[in-house]
Amino acid sequence: MRTAVKGIALNTFRESARNKVFYLLVFFGVLFALSSKLVSFLTLGDAMKVLKDTGLAAIHFFSALIAVFTGVNLVYKEIEKKTVLNILSKPVSRDQFIFGKFLGLALTMLVALAVMAGIFFVFVALNGGGFDPAIALYFLMLLLELLIIVAISLLFSSFTTPILSFIFTLSLYLIGHVMWTYNEFKVVLKAPLWRGFARFLYYLLPNLAKFNIKNEVVLGTPPGAWTVLLSILYALAYILALLCLTILIFRRREFS
Amino acid sequence: MKALEIKGLRKTFRSNFMLKKYRVLKGIDLEVERGEIYGFLGPNGAGKTTTIKCVLGLLNADGGEVLVEGRPVAAIDSRRCVGFLPENPYFYDYLTARELLTFAASLFDLPPPAVRERIGALLHRVGLSGREDLKLRKYSKGMIQRLGLAQALINDPDLLILDEPFSGLDPIGRKDMRALIFSLREAGKTVFFSSHILQDMEMMVDRVGIILDGVIRRQGKLSELIARSTQYYEVACTGIAEGRLAQIQSNYAVRDGHYVLTLASDADVNLVVESIIHNDGRIIAVTPVKMTLEDIFFSEMRNGQ
Repeated sequence: MRTAVKGIALNTFRESARNKVFYLLVFFGVLFALSSKLVSFLTLGDAMKVLKDTGLAAIHFFSALIAVFTGVNLVYKEIEKKTVLNILSKPVSRDQFIFGKFLGLALTMLVALAVMAGIFFVFVALNGGGFDPAIALYFLMLLLELLIIVAISLLFSSFTTPILSFIFTLSLYLIGHVMWTYNEFKVVLKAPLWRGFARFLYYLLPNLAKFNIKNEVVLGTPPGAWTVLLSILYALAYILALLCLTILIFRRREFS
Repeated sequence: MKALEIKGLRKTFRSNFMLKKYRVLKGIDLEVERGEIYGFLGPNGAGKTTTIKCVLGLLNADGGEVLVEGRPVAAIDSRRCVGFLPENPYFYDYLTARELLTFAASLFDLPPPAVRERIGALLHRVGLSGREDLKLRKYSKGMIQRLGLAQALINDPDLLILDEPFSGLDPIGRKDMRALIFSLREAGKTVFFSSHILQDMEMMVDRVGIILDGVIRRQGKLSELIARSTQYYEVACTGIAEGRLAQIQSNYAVRDGHYVLTLASDADVNLVVESIIHNDGRIIAVTPVKMTLEDIFFSEMRNGQ
């Protein structure tokens, strides 16, 4: 059973790793991160801060793109091209299939992020900066965010087309970064029904802003251990809930 | 215990927001004995692939029972002893044959040392030795079909389910596939394959089930189905005056210098043969003309309309 999950995960990773779009996005992520040097020349103030700020923002943007692009296609493609028949006709449960797919995507994101982070650390060092543990923490939080995005895209790709999955996942990604607006909605909305609805959405939708600690890292005030621990627990719970929902949907799917 | 038992299998597809129903399987009953080649014959859209997918748990049946080697299909372990080749198989084109088979083996929890040995043997068996490290996007359709069979055999299954295994193969490919299926039977495996190509069925199967419009219309040993289906008898004779022959039986023709009479029953044959001999004629041959599988198939199709 464990071998089956491992096999599906490794095959998923291999599929992503042999996709040219994946390399292209990693390449652009690195390129834009390195171009932060150029931005630091053109901006007044602490050059290292600007370099870190724009570099991390570029890595954030491109790694999120990789997460959405790889996630929305994978399950849909398996169903569309009927490769799923070769897997599920063997002693593999649908739960194992989804779990394996998620682990493969998670591994893909880990490797992509590790490559970009590694290059970024070297780049910072070459520009006179030392190793900053806060930046490592930033990458850990970013990885958690990417895993949530991947789980969201997996959910949508288990029952809809890649285009719709892409739109839905991207929408949730954007909404997830503006969850702070809930506090303003609370003030504006007077009717209890609407307030309740807004509150419901606040807890239902992913609060991805929690994981974006770029400003704190760049300014040298990283979040404390307790905040990090809560964010980790939040990410794990959210991913688990998404995977359970995906499995429930996928169990009912028929492959005609 | 049967290799495969299907009782009262029903399946309905719905479309247009569940409003429209299509009853694809209307109560399939069939049994596949161990060690035989069972042909599942039917035209396109008869329900062959739907039946197979219900057997493999890829579709949820509305009702009925499916037992694979005595185990209900809902148990995932029932697929441990099954190999499956889908119709027009497609595999990950970024993998090589070796990688694909290693992946297939991982789904069965097979130990890696045994897998390496088995992959080499399987690739040799399906005629893909020397191509194991070529990316599948470079494979021809025939090679993909062979590889499909290899991945279906990775777990050394007792029951092999092949959905239209000859589809898209050239004559050489078809011959090779037939030889492979025969060799599997010789090795004691059960082969259940679907096809709409009568020639393949007639050449290969021990038993056949004819499915039409979601129902099994005929099932049994091919030899018995054909033996039961004698259409008429032909009696070839010579040495008798044509005038006498015409008095005995008016329905005759001249073929290769002999008279050939067409008779409806074996009782008629006895009477006519006696009369010919009594009139100084000589019997050259008495041939029962049987229905071919094609005749049986089309007769069932006509009955169904």
